[in-house]
Amino acid sequence: MNAPTAKPNDYAAYPDANGRFGDYGGRYVPETLMPLVHELDAAYSAAKADPAFQAELSGLLTHYVGRPSPLYLAERLTAHFGGAKIYLKREELNHTGSHKINNCIGQILLARRMGKTRIIAETGAGQHGVASATVCAKYGLPCVVYMGAVDVERQKPNVFRMNLLGARVEAVTSGSATLKDAMNEALRDWVTNVHDTYYLIGTAAGMHPYPAMVRDFQSVIGRETKAQVLEAEGRLPDAVVACVGGGSNAIGMFHPFLNDESVKLIGVEAAGEGMETGRHAAAINGGRPGVLHGNMTYLLQDPEGQITEAHSISAGLDYPGIGPEHSWLHDVGRATYLTATDLESLEAFKLLAELEGILPAIESAHAIARLGDVARDVGKDGIVVLNLSGRGDKDVATVAAHLGMAI
Amino acid sequence: MTKARIDARFAALKAENRAAFVAYVMAGDPDYDRGLEILKGLPAAGADLIEVGFPFSDPMAEGPPIQRAAQRALASGMTLNKTLAMIAEFRKGDQTTPIILMGYANPLVNRGFAAFAQDAAAAGADGLIVVDIPPEEADPLADALDAEGLSLLLLSTPTSDDARLKVIARRTSGFAYYVSVAGVTGVKEADAATVAPHVARVRAAGGLPVCVGFGIKTPERAEAVARVADGVVVGSALVEEIAASLAMNETVTTRVLSKVESLAKAVRLARVASPTV
Repeated sequence: MNAPTAKPNDYAAYPDANGRFGDYGGRYVPETLMPLVHELDAAYSAAKADPAFQAELSGLLTHYVGRPSPLYLAERLTAHFGGAKIYLKREELNHTGSHKINNCIGQILLARRMGKTRIIAETGAGQHGVASATVCAKYGLPCVVYMGAVDVERQKPNVFRMNLLGARVEAVTSGSATLKDAMNEALRDWVTNVHDTYYLIGTAAGMHPYPAMVRDFQSVIGRETKAQVLEAEGRLPDAVVACVGGGSNAIGMFHPFLNDESVKLIGVEAAGEGMETGRHAAAINGGRPGVLHGNMTYLLQDPEGQITEAHSISAGLDYPGIGPEHSWLHDVGRATYLTATDLESLEAFKLLAELEGILPAIESAHAIARLGDVARDVGKDGIVVLNLSGRGDKDVATVAAHLGMAI
Repeated sequence: MTKARIDARFAALKAENRAAFVAYVMAGDPDYDRGLEILKGLPAAGADLIEVGFPFSDPMAEGPPIQRAAQRALASGMTLNKTLAMIAEFRKGDQTTPIILMGYANPLVNRGFAAFAQDAAAAGADGLIVVDIPPEEADPLADALDAEGLSLLLLSTPTSDDARLKVIARRTSGFAYYVSVAGVTGVKEADAATVAPHVARVRAAGGLPVCVGFGIKTPERAEAVARVADGVVVGSALVEEIAASLAMNETVTTRVLSKVESLAKAVRLARVASPTV
């Protein structure tokens, strides 16, 4: 790493042509994939600038995904914390139950445009796998989803959903058998089937152009939020809060606010059993910069540069890295990254269920766990928006097990 | 200048009119002592050059054999430091066989490129292959290696067009490594007839000797490829011998070196046997 990254004049102007957010990002992939990575970059740039592509995407977001998602004033939660007014951006109401579909719709249109005939994806919690299987079913494309064997076990309902949608789920047993290993296996598939296969990455990480492309497709979250909060309150929020694993829902919420410096951007990483135990998934709070899965970013690693296992109750946050734009936003100080433990997230899960009648995904519950601190810090006259990135039905069995209940 | 060792070896091979046999082993597989014993035995068994893998937890371009080799090495406590120590130990008895380190970016990023280059040169390594550093990301590493006289060998693949081959050649020295199949190591098999025109393209782009690897498992295949290339790299088939001998409680070194002998012999015979491909 070089000198600390300078604070930019325009945060939204990144990455550069080489896919860099300051020192982070880039394209660390085997040569076999590199020509395809360039082809993807060119195809995405052309699609992004094509009004027909944008119109098709917009139509699908409205009529298939169900956008815009509501911005909901959580009155009892607001009263409970006794701080700022809390709004929830209801991404859990999207088709398939999370924000992941926003990106999948965009990328499947791109894959079709590129003439690719086979789709592969990786998944942790299964939300991205389900969203990928969904769009593949819609367009009649074969879909293989790589999922760590450990995650297959703890997210069985989502595995079944993917099968119902016609996808083949490959349980990955190598390494720690979780999300990072699923991504390794997907990359091995891609390098082997480079001619006909499109790799539908689910988070804002990996080699350029994925971090920028996934962010762009997810930025609909932040754009809608901005318009909705202006409509409701006549001003911008004081803070937006989102959970961060790879970081796609967070960057989708943050990005439209990057140059609105009055808006605090707060990401919440998974502290697992506690930061002090070393058993966590907090790449920024507990890691160092390095290279994995195509990008330079903060990673959990040992002193020798071997990647270490992440630990989190949430399969969707159980990843030793984070998207490169988050690494950069952390270094330049534009965003703040907090942590929440498994137990705090379980408490937050119950809290939202009891106060607002909403079961949050255990991933999103990490953000809820820090919401009280943020709301009190902002104060009574303030406004905070939390991105409720997914619904919690898939986690009911996990939550029950941790509460010592049999269902 | 350690680049000199690679150049001298290929000059000698050219004088003999034969292709190089390049053996890949994972440092510390199955452990440091036996790994060193294998390494020391390779030249006598017929390895003209040696690739020494340094293990990484997430080897995204490797098939199951080398993934498992990396896991065995890591489980035995192998590190980048110990890999370099092993090479230094090897160099005490062999000053002529070129050694190319091969692995993934993160252990090097973690060490720092300049510090790594100094230590690798001091240990007696000659070059480096990093699977996940394509030409687009290669300059900082290439500069650090240049400063120590070490070669960087950027990989060429079936998907690299002529324009990319030129870019690859610009920052490659020692020899050119052609990955003969689109895929991970040790799964698909390379076909000499398919490989031949690509070897010619790679040679034309950089003028360096071209070694072919990633899909060669048998003496027959090694012999066929040795007729069309300047060198043949075998890795997965060797580390599978280690796995097999561990499973059957055999002496690891004997079994691996015997496989090396059969492959090296096939490569040596390639150009005196019938030249048909």
